[in-house]
Amino acid sequence: MRAALFVTCVNDALYPRTGIAVVRLLERLGVAVDFPAAQSCCGQPQYNSGYRRESEPLLRRTAEAFAGYPYVVTPSGSCAAMVRCHYPRIGRAAEREGRGPGLSALAEELVPRVYELTEFLVDVLGVTDVGAYFPHTVTYHPSCHGLRGLGLGERPRRLLSAVRGLDLVELPGAQECCGFGGTFAVKNPDVSAAMGTDKAASAVGTGAEVLCGADNSCLAHLDGILRRRGADTRTLHLAEILASTEEEPLT
Amino acid sequence: MSGTFMGMPGMPGMPGMPERSDRPDAPELPATPALPDFPAFPDAARQAVGDPVLRANLRRATHTIRDKRARAVAELADWDRLRAAGKAIKDHTLRHLDRYLVQLEEAVTAAGGTVHWAADADEANRIVTGLVLATGHREVVKVKSMATQEIGLNEALEAAGIAAYETDLAELIVQLGHDRPSHILVPAIHRNRAEIREIFAAEMGRRGRPAPEGLGDDPRELAEAARLHLREKFLRAKVAVSGANFMVAETGTMVVFESEGNGRMCLTLPETLISVVGIEKVVPTFRDLEVFLQTLPRSSTAERMNPYTTMWTGLGPSRGADDDGPSAFHLVLLDNGRTDTLADEVGRQALRCIRCSACLNVCPVYERAGGHAYGSVYPGPIGAVLSPQLRGTGSAIDASLPYASTLCGACYEVCPVAIDIPEVLVHLRERVAQGGPVTREGIRVRIRPARGHTAERAAMRAARLLLDRPGALRAGERLLARARRLRPRRLPGPGRAWTDSRELPQLPAQSFRDWWARERGDRA
Repeated sequence: MRAALFVTCVNDALYPRTGIAVVRLLERLGVAVDFPAAQSCCGQPQYNSGYRRESEPLLRRTAEAFAGYPYVVTPSGSCAAMVRCHYPRIGRAAEREGRGPGLSALAEELVPRVYELTEFLVDVLGVTDVGAYFPHTVTYHPSCHGLRGLGLGERPRRLLSAVRGLDLVELPGAQECCGFGGTFAVKNPDVSAAMGTDKAASAVGTGAEVLCGADNSCLAHLDGILRRRGADTRTLHLAEILASTEEEPLT
Repeated sequence: MSGTFMGMPGMPGMPGMPERSDRPDAPELPATPALPDFPAFPDAARQAVGDPVLRANLRRATHTIRDKRARAVAELADWDRLRAAGKAIKDHTLRHLDRYLVQLEEAVTAAGGTVHWAADADEANRIVTGLVLATGHREVVKVKSMATQEIGLNEALEAAGIAAYETDLAELIVQLGHDRPSHILVPAIHRNRAEIREIFAAEMGRRGRPAPEGLGDDPRELAEAARLHLREKFLRAKVAVSGANFMVAETGTMVVFESEGNGRMCLTLPETLISVVGIEKVVPTFRDLEVFLQTLPRSSTAERMNPYTTMWTGLGPSRGADDDGPSAFHLVLLDNGRTDTLADEVGRQALRCIRCSACLNVCPVYERAGGHAYGSVYPGPIGAVLSPQLRGTGSAIDASLPYASTLCGACYEVCPVAIDIPEVLVHLRERVAQGGPVTREGIRVRIRPARGHTAERAAMRAARLLLDRPGALRAGERLLARARRLRPRRLPGPGRAWTDSRELPQLPAQSFRDWWARERGDRA
């Protein structure tokens, strides 16, 4: 099986370890991974901030970069939700306003092929035990786009529960937003920090060594708060935990 | 329902009635904020975020209601279908609003009522003030109503020498405290009982029957003080002003859902009843109430059914009805930006709102910022989409409201009429950031972007240009990697908003793109 990795711009520039982990994980599970270099950003920052037209070229770029791949896998619920929930809408609006011929078709054609990592593992590959080993206490924050946008449900926690050595502890108020929200973090810094501080305190309160998530942008926000407060809890992307094995443990 | 209620639905010691605590420097808020000067949401929210008592009150209140709501909703196996039905009824009505409003007017008139049409707040206030003055009375009792708050009716009446008395307990607390409501359902959510005791002791005597000597802050005592104070109003008032939760087009019936029974007193005792209702409140048939009688109470108070549902059609005794009901009934149909909102294909769904406030109670932003920060009688997620549509995006507060959300989607999930609030927020952000076509007073106009977005627009465009060129993107990432040893703790400019409370992410030595090219480049 062959799949294209949609690494996303945040992971590409700031969290390459997540992308590397996805490659290792998928290859270990027998998937041939491609990285189409023409990809960049899904356009979510533009779209969500009210610059819909600026997101159109990025929609086109993303759709064209992944043309022909039956599976496009991304370690970001947020970017997957952008494609699935908003691309068709952006495409239709662009065509209605006389721009972007074919954009709507490109969007519709891409949507069913895009999978968030845990969806791909559970739904396509049909695995919950990915053979990982991670002997630590972990708590999981389901980011809003994964939780409500994609409806990932129990998939991430089922995957984590099957990791050998891993002790999964419940995060109180897990379903509540962490307060990142893209540009919200800088447009409404006080509310954003208050939300993040509460979330970080919940994570610390579980006693977990690791706060795990499936979206590095939320984790960047929470990690920034945890480090500023000198907390011992560290953040890790789910993919890195799933990629970790006894032979090649996460360093 | 407990024996003691304080304007809050069935939750003793809860919303609006938090534990005693001291807030020595709680700010005095103006009765009616001058909106053009109202600060933008981030500035207004800062104050609330920095008030630990307010935050604790809000947190306890919203979490209790949200948990109860979830349980109440889970009891109904057909919730999703009820939600879809509510959405469909509202959408259908809005699509044929002209027809249903005319039908409503005919039905109300046939039942002996008089229908008035008000294009905006000023006109509605003028109509109501004129109607009250014509009765010769100078006092009105009021049923809790969002529409009359929206238009600032109390202030308009006071200016005309008419005293308007709120009879909903929480609204009474807000009114006596010269305060503003901060929640749709629980307007005094931000007040604790020590504060309420002080307000009652200091203010009740100035507006009627004083609070009893030695009033304590036990909820039961406070409720009794309010009951005595209000009873005097109910028995004396000849004119009542209300809103309505629904208006039934086929029968001309007005419907009010409430918890305390004071609404029913206002609707049955006075001689003249004046109802100010937004035009979006109409439903076609009596049968349609079947859906909302189930979804509204569960969504708002987490009750299977609200304690009082009052329905009235036209006149009372003078039309041969039993003993009670008004002998004069006026319905003021309020537009105030609603038909303009209806003209917007994406934004019009906000008019489906049945004011249940479930979205407030699940919103993590509302929970931290409190209701006052929204600069409107409609706070929370629904306020963030409703206010900038009803009022336009011209003021600082209205231009900032579409950004007062992380788009987490919790509001959409709980909305009993499935308003996709995040979708409308993004749509309104586009209007603020880039301008575009809107309808104002029935005329299609093109508005310019709101002020202060020039730099952001340039940054978004620059980001897109970079992101649309993978070669440039890769070069940029390399530049970033080289800067990794700088590790600033504070960023200048807009970045400061991040580093004020968070560390920056540690920059990697190489991008994923570079790693791939080096390790697996042969397969790219």
